[in-house]
Amino acid sequence: MESETSEVTAGQYQLSHLRAIEAQSMHIIREVAAEFERPVLLFSGGKDSVVMLRMAQKAFWPGKIPFPVMHIDTGHNFPEVLKFRDSIVEELEATLLVASVQDSIDAGRSFEEAGVDPSRNRLQTRTLLDAIAEYKFDAVFGGARRDEEKARAKERVFSFRDEFGQWDPKNQRPELWSLYNGRHQVGEHIRVFPISDWTELDVWQYIGQEGLELPSIYYAHRREVFRRDGMLLSPGEFVHPRDGEEVFEAVVRYRTVGDMTCTGAVESTAADVDDIILEVAASRLTERGATRADDRVSEAAMEDRKREGYF
Amino acid sequence: MELLRFATAGSVDDGKSTLIGRLLYDSKAIFEDQLEAVERVSTARGDDYTDLALLTDGLRAEREQGITIDVAYRYFATPARKFIIADTPGHVQYTRNMVTGNSTADLTMVLVDARKGIVEQTRRHAFLASLLRVPHLLICVNKMDLVSYDQAVFDRIREEFTAFASRLDVSDMTFIPISALEGDNVVTRSINMPWYEGASLLHHLETVYIASDRNLIDPRFPVQWVIRPQSSERRDYRGYAGRVAGGVFRPGDEVMVLPSGLTTKVAGIDSFEGPLDEAFPPMSVTIRLEDELDISRGDMICRPNNKPFVGQDLDAMVCWMTERPLQVGDFMALKHTTRWVRAVVKDINYRLDVNTLHRDEAATALGLNDVGRVSLRVTQPLFYDSYRRNRTTGSLILATEDTNLTAGAGMLLGPD
Repeated sequence: MESETSEVTAGQYQLSHLRAIEAQSMHIIREVAAEFERPVLLFSGGKDSVVMLRMAQKAFWPGKIPFPVMHIDTGHNFPEVLKFRDSIVEELEATLLVASVQDSIDAGRSFEEAGVDPSRNRLQTRTLLDAIAEYKFDAVFGGARRDEEKARAKERVFSFRDEFGQWDPKNQRPELWSLYNGRHQVGEHIRVFPISDWTELDVWQYIGQEGLELPSIYYAHRREVFRRDGMLLSPGEFVHPRDGEEVFEAVVRYRTVGDMTCTGAVESTAADVDDIILEVAASRLTERGATRADDRVSEAAMEDRKREGYF
Repeated sequence: MELLRFATAGSVDDGKSTLIGRLLYDSKAIFEDQLEAVERVSTARGDDYTDLALLTDGLRAEREQGITIDVAYRYFATPARKFIIADTPGHVQYTRNMVTGNSTADLTMVLVDARKGIVEQTRRHAFLASLLRVPHLLICVNKMDLVSYDQAVFDRIREEFTAFASRLDVSDMTFIPISALEGDNVVTRSINMPWYEGASLLHHLETVYIASDRNLIDPRFPVQWVIRPQSSERRDYRGYAGRVAGGVFRPGDEVMVLPSGLTTKVAGIDSFEGPLDEAFPPMSVTIRLEDELDISRGDMICRPNNKPFVGQDLDAMVCWMTERPLQVGDFMALKHTTRWVRAVVKDINYRLDVNTLHRDEAATALGLNDVGRVSLRVTQPLFYDSYRRNRTTGSLILATEDTNLTAGAGMLLGPD
């Protein structure tokens, strides 16, 4: 065959690390569209799902995204996030499905947790699994990353779920090269994580590079908050300060966007993407450790929820 | 900034966790809340020291049993590169995990305990890295502090390993004497080993040249998905989406499409950002062709004067990864690039002992964690290269048809 490419020429053909992981994610998204009957992309309006949605847009451009987008709505949303969700879906001409935790509760499929200001975080699993069954989805895209949490560090890109939606971490399919195995039987499905190899910093750098819009609560703003378990929560319809929890005004931003009852803000003056990239690069706390009460229940809280069929 | 993927292997006492912990900590990829959580668990378990393996051993069962069950992925970055570590456990499911971690690695890091020298496991690591054709092998001789930083110990290990590796197919091999615990030669050069003139471990990871590891010679584009927007303004648009698996494609290039064998030219290379002048591995792009041909997923775009092998009778080195053994006559589902076909096992030529490299030609089956040379016949021709030449068009997986498990990993050999 031809002579070997010299090192000098090979060096011309380089991709930045963002372009390399983007190419990988687009490959994954196309594999799913090609091999499954009914894929769906979970979209929360959070930064990870925004990045995932952008790559789905790129993967099929100039065609449209060939699968719907679904929001699991806890009813405890930040209003800014809902507004943002609707505008981005309209812009992309995507099909939006909303599966509501409130509907699951009303139908007697789920039960509100006991106590004051109950979180609906865990209840999302029932609603998600019911929606998967109702629409017969066989592939469900999620924006989870392996750097987020230690149980997720063991997660596959194509992650098999049995007929109960369960994840069995000890019995996962080995995943080699870019040869993904999405084979499954009727009633089973595959969770697909196209941004498995991305870090929080990669996500922010990509948002900067692509000029992606995000819900305003990701950027520093003044807000009334109170402190609980070391987190800053925003008082409102679903969260009420208890005795001794004093409400004060602070300049904050959110590093993750979840159920209002369990998502905390961090004190920050980072008002744009560049500020946030600097802040994330210097941070000594993980995003979930800093802001998510749902992971603090126990050492294996995430693994336990994932086994039940959580995102 | 460039991306480097590397795999590590070894058991707890090699100091692998300490080394990874140090790399992550020094590059600020370990966060305070993670470290606190690990300290909490370590103290509660009564460990004498903070067990950094707990950073990656996230599953309940792993924590309870103090073992690593599965490949864990870890991420860190320096100003020079972003790194993805596939951290593979040393004992349980050894071959399966090593093969998985190495399949996407640019570099494999093998740890050797300076006091023990080359052991069986070291040879296994090196063999599997060469089988998976990881382009760069890095041998870290660890615990140099426990042998008084003696150059003679390091030299002896290097010579012994080099002699063994001459039986393998390894193109680039580097040896670094380190102490993960003391930090010698990990991030910066050690003052304790003035006789060592090479780079520190981190510096090597940051600078090892990987750009020419890809195949930039043989143009290969497995079609993943056909884009037909069906919108009024783009009624006639037809693009072939995929990821470049080899070579460089440019507009105007004469190309051949397999299996049809028809030729045409590249009309354009599209991306969301706009038209591109060229596409090379591992880019995900969309190629438009000048002529309207019947092309679907699983087809391959190549060059008329540079085609892959086309065939239904395949020979491959196979790693077997499931309890049920692979036997002659078995039917399997096989995935290669973007197509699934059915395969039947025609012959098991031999089973390879991964410790001694001895070929057992009397073998009639491959069991869990076995490696062997297998002949397959598939239902439709595949368009492939030898794995030696191209890791993307030369690799395949085998799945059981009833339970859909990924049971085998195959590296294709060229036709004789």
